[in-house]
Amino acid sequence: MALVLTDDQTMVRDSADAFFAGEAPVGELRRLRDAGDATGFDRGLWAKMAEMGFAGMLVPEAHGGSGFGYVAAGLVQEAAGRNLSPSPLLSTAILAATALIRGGTPEQQAQYLPQIAQGERLFALAADEAARHAPHHVATRAEASGNGFKLNGTKGFVLDGHVADTLIVAARTGGSDDDRDGITLFLVDAHAAGVTTARRSMVDSRNAAAVTMTDVQVDGADVLGEVGGGWAVLDRVLDAGRSALAAEMLGVAGESFTRTVDYLRQREQFGVKIGSFQALQHRAAHLFCEVELARSATLRALVALDADEERVPLFASLAKAKAGEVAKLATDEGVQMHGGIGMTDDFDIGFFMKRARAARETFGDLAFHGDRLASLMGY
Amino acid sequence: MADLDTFRAETRDWLAANCPAEMRQPIASDADVCWGGRNAALTAPQRAWLDAMGARGWTVPEWPTEYGGGGLSKDEAKVLAQEMRAIGARTPLASFGIWMLGPALLKYGSEAQKHEHLPKIARGEIRWCQGYSEPGAGSDLASLRTSAVIDGDDYIVNGQKVWTSYADKADWIFCLVRTDPAAPKHLGISFLLFDMASPGVSTSPIKLISGYSPFCQTFFDDVRVPRANLMGTAGKGWDIAKYLLTHEREMIGDLDDGRRSLSQIAVKALGEAGVAPLRTDIVRHEINALAFGLTMERVKDEARAGQGTGALSSMLKYYGTELNKQRQELLMSVAGSDGLAWEGDGELDLSRHWLRSRANSIEGGTSEVQLNIIAKRVLQLPGA
Repeated sequence: MALVLTDDQTMVRDSADAFFAGEAPVGELRRLRDAGDATGFDRGLWAKMAEMGFAGMLVPEAHGGSGFGYVAAGLVQEAAGRNLSPSPLLSTAILAATALIRGGTPEQQAQYLPQIAQGERLFALAADEAARHAPHHVATRAEASGNGFKLNGTKGFVLDGHVADTLIVAARTGGSDDDRDGITLFLVDAHAAGVTTARRSMVDSRNAAAVTMTDVQVDGADVLGEVGGGWAVLDRVLDAGRSALAAEMLGVAGESFTRTVDYLRQREQFGVKIGSFQALQHRAAHLFCEVELARSATLRALVALDADEERVPLFASLAKAKAGEVAKLATDEGVQMHGGIGMTDDFDIGFFMKRARAARETFGDLAFHGDRLASLMGY
Repeated sequence: MADLDTFRAETRDWLAANCPAEMRQPIASDADVCWGGRNAALTAPQRAWLDAMGARGWTVPEWPTEYGGGGLSKDEAKVLAQEMRAIGARTPLASFGIWMLGPALLKYGSEAQKHEHLPKIARGEIRWCQGYSEPGAGSDLASLRTSAVIDGDDYIVNGQKVWTSYADKADWIFCLVRTDPAAPKHLGISFLLFDMASPGVSTSPIKLISGYSPFCQTFFDDVRVPRANLMGTAGKGWDIAKYLLTHEREMIGDLDDGRRSLSQIAVKALGEAGVAPLRTDIVRHEINALAFGLTMERVKDEARAGQGTGALSSMLKYYGTELNKQRQELLMSVAGSDGLAWEGDGELDLSRHWLRSRANSIEGGTSEVQLNIIAKRVLQLPGA
């Protein structure tokens, strides 16, 4: 598989670029934040995104999506990243769609996949319990009860958990807290008795929730995948999310870089454009190289997902680690090279730095993925 | 696609029959690299492999067959490279003629020059060296002063080059000379091809901090070069020089020479006492090395698909050489005191390769010059 875009993918990229720049530029995020919007995104925008087909990139045509795949979905993520457009794209269109496609029964797929493609149902992945990403650490328990299970536990960092209709919960049906075996995934009605969600507003003006489950009764038909064998599905769902986040961070880094280089061309000090200073030129040129590397790593991970390659974990970790570091560098340099104005809330560049920080933390940072990569490569 | 499958099958069979077993071993030392030329001292398997590949034009798969190339499409050339990699086949011929002069000859050379030189490059008969840098012209290459003055049908060349790689082993030189001292510095330069056996050419090796002497000083004392050996137009040599430099950069930046990755080395080494603390450093280097390798792949794939973003050779040169320096540094760290060996028995390559790698970010345009080029050409930042 060549690392180039097909005609279909180029079309998706162009339409996503135009859509997010037109409908959801950075000013929209600022408006939502200033309004103290408790949803954190515009439901009208989400409906339009579904109309554009962005919610159904992974959903097979038979279920009302386009089935364009991960590379195309990544291009949508990148465009959203460039504009810092908040939406349920990651939680619903990437994580939930992947979970249902990889682990869902035909009945579950028939019920939920069309709703994802049409933007009618919002999902949230309730996996992490600790503050640092440790997906196999699952203390939430699922005990056999009636014709199903009874769930007890707390999930600390559930993206979009404050608005989700359905939670995908990782709970333990066997083994001890840090075992990979014995984890089971459940589809849980977010409004079921015993589920409480506490919204937490974050530095990037997006929302997560702490979700507590007390004796939540789940039907046996709502198990997603195999009882005790949820890890394989969860691992792939997370790798899809990591790759999509890499694509989003690539957009964040690229836009931060573009805005910074524009500023270097315009801003004058000492009677000249500051972009004529070699100290800044070399840092900008280095950053250019880093963004190109992040693009290659991200594209490779998405290609691996589309081809269902054995090395998905390796390339997903590579993409998440590299794109995260580049997003950090690009936004750090963005603020520094803008000088004092870069520190002001009136100016947009700070929003990029905030989003980069949150996205890096989500589903594993450099330390997590460096460790995972080393293990995958045998050391 | 079916044609490509057929080509793959045929190529696989041909390689199986023609690539000697010795040429499927990893390159262990510099002596294993086959450079060709009039005075090449090749082992029998090296000779057999070079002759077999050269006869098919597969030392230069994409060059036209009329100039000794393989005439393959980009897709076919990729298949050939994949099939060679699959059996661990060595590159049959290392050559500045292939990597640097050839592409420039194809673009700027006369028909006569192409027919004279390209087939000999393809078959490894003539080894070329590059006469670019001078004692007073390093990063500021265009200030070069080696002169070429017309005398009848000849140019008379006088001056001195420095950092001429393997000049003492080369048969011919492609050389930048000043033909118009009155013109602005970029406009008075011409591109000459001549035989290193010409009277008045002499070389003197330069010993480096690594203890090796891959570079020479090269002196020209009233060297007669036929005017027919001028490539392109007199005074337009700088355009050729820059075009050729883009190929040189890609060559230096390209790390994919079949060496073991640091990760492969780490798998073994991390069990040894004291090595464990290097794990994080190694994997962070590997993240960049993998992402860089994928970028090389993407740039080639984009070029093949006609989607080239262009002007990336400086990026590849800059990043690739900085990565290689880091890699050598980490290899030294993994080896600990064993890496410090200089003379005597045992592994001496480490310290010498580490020292040699320091030149990677200097030769072919320093890292700073590459960053200047990216800032100016790609980012369009204003001049100082």
